[in-house]
Amino acid sequence: MKLLTLNFLTCAIKTCKSSPLSFPLHPREVELEILETDYNAVFLRNILPRLEWEALRVLAGELGLPSLPESSPDVSSLSTSSEEDDSETPTQVAQDLHRLLLETCIKEGKLVCGCCGHEYAVKEGVANFLLPGHLV
Amino acid sequence: MPDYLVRLVQVHESFRKTELQSLADLNRVEIEFVKYAEDSPFCIVRLSDDAAARSVITRNILSYGIYELWGQGVDYDSLHASVKQMSPQIWAQYHKSPFRFTMDSYRGSRSMLEQFPIIESFAYLDFKGPVRVRDAEASFTIFEDYEHNGPSPKYLYLGRFVAASGRQAKTTYDLKKRHYISTTSMDAELALLTANIALAAPGKFFYDPFMGTGGFPLACAHYGAVVCGSDIDGRSIRGTGGSARRGQTGKKDVAMNFVQYGLQSRYLGGFVSDLTNTPLRIPTVESGAGYLDGIVCDPPYGIREGLKVLGHREKLEDFERQTHQDRFKEAGYIPPKRPYSFTAIQDDILAFASDTLVEGGRLSMWMPTANDEDVELVIPMHPCLELLSTCVQPFNKWSRRLLTYRRLPESEVSKDAMEYAKKEYEQGVKASELNDFRRKYFEGFREFEKSRQEGATSENFSEAKGLRGINKGNCSCN
Ligand SMILES: C[S@@+](CC[C@H](N)C(=O)[O-])C[C@H]1O[C@@H](n2cnc3c(N)ncnc32)[C@H](O)[C@@H]1O
Ligand SMILES: [Zn+2]
Repeated sequence: MKLLTLNFLTCAIKTCKSSPLSFPLHPREVELEILETDYNAVFLRNILPRLEWEALRVLAGELGLPSLPESSPDVSSLSTSSEEDDSETPTQVAQDLHRLLLETCIKEGKLVCGCCGHEYAVKEGVANFLLPGHLV
Repeated sequence: MPDYLVRLVQVHESFRKTELQSLADLNRVEIEFVKYAEDSPFCIVRLSDDAAARSVITRNILSYGIYELWGQGVDYDSLHASVKQMSPQIWAQYHKSPFRFTMDSYRGSRSMLEQFPIIESFAYLDFKGPVRVRDAEASFTIFEDYEHNGPSPKYLYLGRFVAASGRQAKTTYDLKKRHYISTTSMDAELALLTANIALAAPGKFFYDPFMGTGGFPLACAHYGAVVCGSDIDGRSIRGTGGSARRGQTGKKDVAMNFVQYGLQSRYLGGFVSDLTNTPLRIPTVESGAGYLDGIVCDPPYGIREGLKVLGHREKLEDFERQTHQDRFKEAGYIPPKRPYSFTAIQDDILAFASDTLVEGGRLSMWMPTANDEDVELVIPMHPCLELLSTCVQPFNKWSRRLLTYRRLPESEVSKDAMEYAKKEYEQGVKASELNDFRRKYFEGFREFEKSRQEGATSENFSEAKGLRGINKGNCSCN
């Protein structure tokens, strides 16, 4: 699963959802994998304003990935346009974000809720959010 | 604005207008339907120019192409008169262009020998360019519309070709050639159509909460969206539940379907979850707006497709709870599930969509219904969602509908409706009123279920088979 997904995932237990501690989930014992993908400028532009930036910073920190700026970059800082041919070149910020959100994947490991401590397993890139009997 | 002729396909009729309108919405062009009938493959629309016509058609599934309309009439005399009246001011533009003429006879046919004099009869257009079978700059088609078994055409059109449709995608994504499918995999044509109606496009984020083998997310990714999906059955995502294709062995999973079509860069991934206990974050007033541009799904029908949610049939005894707690980390532990109501899950989907869609985002959801006059058709509604279209795919005793909703901007949501919807739930009116509906509803499906089990003998089965790629045997997503 690409890391971007984690910006939308929280604990599946209803009573946890209202607690700020349940988001983001914390990766534990994870095996990461880089899957190179085509740079997707228009998607990055659209998704950036919808991101929970602080959660992304926490995630990058916990995974030991290069740290992110304190506040979300502006959409306009994702590319520089050239005068001559109207083409747009992704900035370093944009390339870093692309790598983090769309190329870095969790292959194996656990995602842990900071509120209830429940661990969700990730196997072969597929996270399992089914709750055991005593939690539903 | 000029008139254009859309050469539609004569299948899934009730989806055709909705698809054209959706693609016009997506490209922000005005489309006006001048002439349209369910029983005809010829539709006339008004669009601003060729560019608008192209934008509406290049992704379209239920047409072959779009033509600038040069004339029409009930017979050749009136067609010629119409051409001479409608289009003479543009003839000159093609005076020297390499060109070609073809004929398209719907429910009729013309031999080469017959075609020649018909094409010659347009000589007054005075085209002086060379005739080119390939790479013609201007390509004209004479359309003939026949009655079934009619001796001569009942209506005629002349059109200049503008753009071909995107219908070939139906072949590219054909389930027969798909790496991994299951018994409930959505037919490629309908999945692509759904993605068009839901406005999947580059830059957007789409989600399917009942992804199965990923048919909808694939279709949305084909149109450029970044997608993810989930399913309560982990085997369907990981592909360990066995394949619906006879003789299919080896590792097969949803991710490999994305690889097959070169779409893996747009696939965020799949996760295992129950919609009624979703791990996706639900934005609140404080935490801001929705984040999904679209939700497309075919929820389980409730009988063999195993509509289940997490939970217990009866309240757990303390010792049972303890057993779950002690055992849940063991390999092979299966979380308990309970049956759930079909109408309840639909309401859950709408509530989820209302919470997570961006303003203007779309939910396209399939819903089966019994074709029983005594059953009032209940279309699920939500105060924050506006029903945009209902397309019907009829079978014998049941039909499937594709319902498409738009997330209203907060400013357009009626506060009264919000209050009312809340009350309805509190008083429990909804559930009790729907009991009878539910019963009849499921009766309607027996036919479908039975035909599935019996095999390819019944006519209804082959119909269902053609549409959903169903094989004999057990449903793998129970
Ligand atoms: C009709 S199938 C969808 C098939 C899919 N469109 C495809 O092309 O493969 C319905 C799916 O819903 C899943 N499902 C059933 N109950 C569910 C629930 N409560 N939450 C999430 N998924 C569920 C089933 O496992 C099944 O895969
Ligand atoms: Zn939790």
